[in-house]
Amino acid sequence: MKSNEYLREIEHLNLSIKAETVKALLHLGYGHFGGSLSISETLACLYGHYLHHDPANPKMADRDYLVLSKGHAGPALYATLALRGFIELETLKNINANGTLLPSHADMNKTAGVDMTTGSLGQGISCAMGIAMGTDTNVFAIVGDGELQEGQCWEAFQFAAHHQLNNLVVFVDYNKRQLDGYLDEIQKPFDLREKFQAFGFESVQVNGQDINQICGAIEQGLASKDKPTAIILDTEKGQGFPSIIEMSSNHHLRLDDDLRSAILKDLDVIEQRLESLK
Amino acid sequence: MSSELRHIHAETLLELARDHENLRVLEADLMGSVSTGKFQAEFPDQFIQCGIAEANMIGVAAGLSATGKVPFVHSFGCFITRRCYDQLFLSGGYAQQHINIFGSDAGVAAVTNGGTHMPFEDVGLMRLIPDSVVIEVSDAAVLKKAMHYSYQNPGVNYIRSTRKDLPELYLSPDEIEIGKGKVLREGDDLTIIASGLSVHDALEAAAEVEALMGKTVTVVDMHTIKPVDTELVIRCVNKTGKLLTVENHNVTGGLGDAVIAELLEAGVAPTAFRKIGVREQFGQVGSLDYLKDQYGISAQAITEAAIAILD
Repeated sequence: MKSNEYLREIEHLNLSIKAETVKALLHLGYGHFGGSLSISETLACLYGHYLHHDPANPKMADRDYLVLSKGHAGPALYATLALRGFIELETLKNINANGTLLPSHADMNKTAGVDMTTGSLGQGISCAMGIAMGTDTNVFAIVGDGELQEGQCWEAFQFAAHHQLNNLVVFVDYNKRQLDGYLDEIQKPFDLREKFQAFGFESVQVNGQDINQICGAIEQGLASKDKPTAIILDTEKGQGFPSIIEMSSNHHLRLDDDLRSAILKDLDVIEQRLESLK
Repeated sequence: MSSELRHIHAETLLELARDHENLRVLEADLMGSVSTGKFQAEFPDQFIQCGIAEANMIGVAAGLSATGKVPFVHSFGCFITRRCYDQLFLSGGYAQQHINIFGSDAGVAAVTNGGTHMPFEDVGLMRLIPDSVVIEVSDAAVLKKAMHYSYQNPGVNYIRSTRKDLPELYLSPDEIEIGKGKVLREGDDLTIIASGLSVHDALEAAAEVEALMGKTVTVVDMHTIKPVDTELVIRCVNKTGKLLTVENHNVTGGLGDAVIAELLEAGVAPTAFRKIGVREQFGQVGSLDYLKDQYGISAQAITEAAIAILD
């Protein structure tokens, strides 16, 4: 069990990531709200404590790496990087602007603090394998649950287990939804925890909205000596924003006035919670 | 040392690794085909067996590159390009990673592995990746030079080669400059620009044409297909007027297209031009000579095309 102060700091970062992500996408008028919001807790745990980084020196030699294989959640990563000081908060308004350094999908050559260019699903996770072999530090990778339909993911997982990449922790954002609907309707994932175990991973499933549980799973993963670890994050697409969760399709939203005002109401609640954490 | 190109490839990797701790060699269960077993034995910590999973291998290479390592990957030319093209394009080219690719069994050199293993499109695919370098190996010296160059050149470097030996063209890799074609024979009436094993057939054809017609032929080894040596092409065509290109590849997207586009964009039009290469066909099993005949890229086919264009 973590101290309350420690968890409060991570929760503060989590809520800030949600608020800044949504504000940036409200400014833009469209974007990948659902899958950005479902990983903010995990990003907060990583950048709030476990991922060794230095915003003043993004390429520092002994840094840990994060590969956001579900590259379309770029806005949540950008908000995190901005809150940690890699980039200016103000620049979040430039997501997808012409000539931007913050494209819809994560790009290591444009944004300080992004460790791998991703967007074509299944590719980031393989790159994470190479990074994990190339560094002695820790490597974290976040894959989408729909992304696991890409066969390349399973090539990569076999590779990780065979090569005993124990410095690798893979998060699966199990939010149960993808662009065309629910995974159960499109292609059932079956038991992800068992699948990862069968592929030679330590695997654990946690409530992906519970920071204490996520932190515990990360510590378990970092302690693993001979296996990579998979953390299945039981999440909701759009979590923290009931107006988005309730939508029948929330992978990519284009905002009309009604939706904008509903999201703004949810944002108020997030900001009140942030205020109460001060 | 055997002159087979697969052995030259393995020996050159060893040479490079002795000087460079950050070099990595990645195989996808074809180590036995290119003799990298000796690399694994000498540098086990710099060798990564990826299994039969080429797409993942390219991602692993990109990730290694992101940590400052210099990966060399290998599979047969079709599998290391066509099968994992999106990975090469995005995790490699777009992500600006350094990946050196050895595609073995270029075109008809796949012989009895047949149509599933016979790449006639790899050069076209690899040319389309922005800032890529595409080299086709015409002899051992070119292969050595290409590998040393690739180690030093950050980006996506594609080396296309046969595994068996090719007759020697150069005494040393020092004679080769990547990006500069080599004039192997100088003539006045026709220029033949070729790459890879077709260079040797072009040389044979040029000698035959001169003997039969008394007309002289320039033969260029355009080992670097991208960036192609525009200056040399222009100089040759300004002199001979007539131009043939020869490639062990589809005529779409390969050497011939690269050469003629550069010429026309420079405002230089050959007085007569023909691309010799594979047209609207897939691969098939057969001996090297049979396949060269089938696809119209044999020395005899080049001779006939040259005579027709010179008449």
